[in-house]
Amino acid sequence: MKKLLGLLTFWRAVLVILLGLGLYATYVRFTQGLGAATNLSDQFPWGLWIGFDILCGVGLAAGGFTLCAIVYIFNIKTFKPVIRPAVLTAFLGYLLVIFALLYDLGRPDRIWHAIVMWNPSSVMFEVAWCVMLYTTVLALEFSPILFEKLGWERPLRFVRAITIPLVIVGVLLSTLHQSSLGSLYLIVPEKLHPLWYSSLLPVFFFVSAIGVGCAMVIFESFMSSRAFKREIEMPLLSQLGRVLVVILMIYTIMKLQDLADRRAWAYVVTPNLESMLYWAEMGLGVLLPMILLAIPKVRLHATGLFSSALLVVLGFVLNRMNVSITGMEGWAQAGYFPSWMEISVTTMIVALGITGFALAARYLPVFPPAEHEAKTMEESPHMAWAE
Amino acid sequence: MARKAMLIDITLCVGCGLCRDACKEQNGLPAGEETKLNANAYTVVQDHGNDVFVRRVCMHCEVPTCASVCPVGAFTKTADGPVLYEESKCIGCRYCMQACPYQVPTYTWDQVAPRVRKCIFCHTRLAEGLPTACAEACPTGATIFGDREELIAEAQRRLREEPEKYVNHIYGLNEAGGSSVFFLSAIPFEQLGFPNNLPDHPLPMLTWNALSKIPNIVAVGGTALYGLWWIINRRDEVGKLQAKLKEMEDRKE
Ligand code: SF4
Ligand code: SF4
Repeated sequence: MKKLLGLLTFWRAVLVILLGLGLYATYVRFTQGLGAATNLSDQFPWGLWIGFDILCGVGLAAGGFTLCAIVYIFNIKTFKPVIRPAVLTAFLGYLLVIFALLYDLGRPDRIWHAIVMWNPSSVMFEVAWCVMLYTTVLALEFSPILFEKLGWERPLRFVRAITIPLVIVGVLLSTLHQSSLGSLYLIVPEKLHPLWYSSLLPVFFFVSAIGVGCAMVIFESFMSSRAFKREIEMPLLSQLGRVLVVILMIYTIMKLQDLADRRAWAYVVTPNLESMLYWAEMGLGVLLPMILLAIPKVRLHATGLFSSALLVVLGFVLNRMNVSITGMEGWAQAGYFPSWMEISVTTMIVALGITGFALAARYLPVFPPAEHEAKTMEESPHMAWAE
Repeated sequence: MARKAMLIDITLCVGCGLCRDACKEQNGLPAGEETKLNANAYTVVQDHGNDVFVRRVCMHCEVPTCASVCPVGAFTKTADGPVLYEESKCIGCRYCMQACPYQVPTYTWDQVAPRVRKCIFCHTRLAEGLPTACAEACPTGATIFGDREELIAEAQRRLREEPEKYVNHIYGLNEAGGSSVFFLSAIPFEQLGFPNNLPDHPLPMLTWNALSKIPNIVAVGGTALYGLWWIINRRDEVGKLQAKLKEMEDRKE
């Protein structure tokens, strides 16, 4: 118990430090402008906040729509127990993406302009609308968890009644949105390194998002099982690991086909920073976890499954960073490395996300109660709140 | 109004910087001798050695990438050529900067309420029938202003009459779908820092291809998802019903 408390205080301290640094950077950003807080420049206008906070943030939220589709559309009810954490991640993810956007936009006070000033030829316009609409959908998909907690029967019944249309709209919006983040880069064929520029970018972004969505569900279930001392839904998650193998396989084949079509093999074997990072992304983040997860022994073992999922997540992050930063640096000929303030805003946002998830997981019915816990709760309903 | 344009003949430029100064005066920008485009310099003159000087300025593309990517439509291409920026719309996403193939738009990074800055082709002067300030200031005729078609003809004439003087290329005629600023040079353009890997078609076509699929994705995808759900879940229900019937029969027996 004492050890646990000590651990808790440790993480609290970390959280406080991250918040402190982040808030200071926030202060500089909003009183002195982007130039003072970031290393962005005319040569390199998009940095960490777009590359990580937006591109990765949205991708890591992909578990929400993936699982909703699996459970509600394909009617594979086995996955129902992990749908809530996935929707929660997606909802939090999107809220944080909007939050991060306020930092990156030069004029955050005009964020609403996209609602009234339309330019449908712009991918960014599509992104803006998808974020708005899908966040609304996610709020609705998440609301039953809250209504249950509050015991609000009528709104609960209403949201349940529109589940299917909601899921369909959600899947469509996600498909558009995940791929349109890739489409953002279609316009820069002469700038983005040929290892990453492809007319299939939107498709790659979409498929890899589905993959990372599954990986995130595994990852979170594992983490929360440790944090809350819950039993892990191993058979279920292994099953998800199997799905992941298939998705990674599809992704790999498409990537290879694309390299062949574009005759871009030479870039893969030219030794330089770009190809190194490409190898890291594909080798460690796609091929390795694909092989690992294909081995039943690994897949059925908690640590093996968890580490493989973690690799997929890291590979995904690396891919988005490669597209948005590494792949653009060569052309811009402007070395960009995020300033400490950019980094601390990002870490603050990640910390807020983790905290939000932990709080929701603790106080809301997000995870299915483990057997023994359910019993204790039955025996003394107040137990759960006593801690 | 006929489409206006500028022809910049690099072989005639002496690097005096009068175009830059005139531009600064015209647009009320602080004086300075910048060599890189920035928020205080809509045009600059870059020294490439051996008396080769290259002006940099917004190309005022025929199908401007900046206008196509801006989510709120802050950029517009006017009928007479200029590509204008409307500050009051801009949300500061900087996609225009990321997307412009010539790396033209710049940003007032040090301001709390920053804005994009770039050459505006002196559109107010154009409206009065005047040439751009830089063209008017140029003492050697390196930068000339005129009707787009006439300037193209002029450039072609120069290439035809003095083929040994120039590389045989009017830069800006076809690059990324063409622009309203053309360059002639004695040295291959890629050696002067001009992007040489631009397609002949306008870049916005690349995203149009993707965007035009959206209605399809929504319509076909929506129907397909609904259909899938209907079929799969119906099978479920039918299964349940059959199970129930069977149960009833079993009981009867
Ligand atoms: S050069 Fe760049 S800023 Fe100028 S019109 Fe073309 S795309 Fe826009
Ligand atoms: S920075 Fe402003 S002008 Fe440029 S694309 Fe974004 S909203 Fe449009």
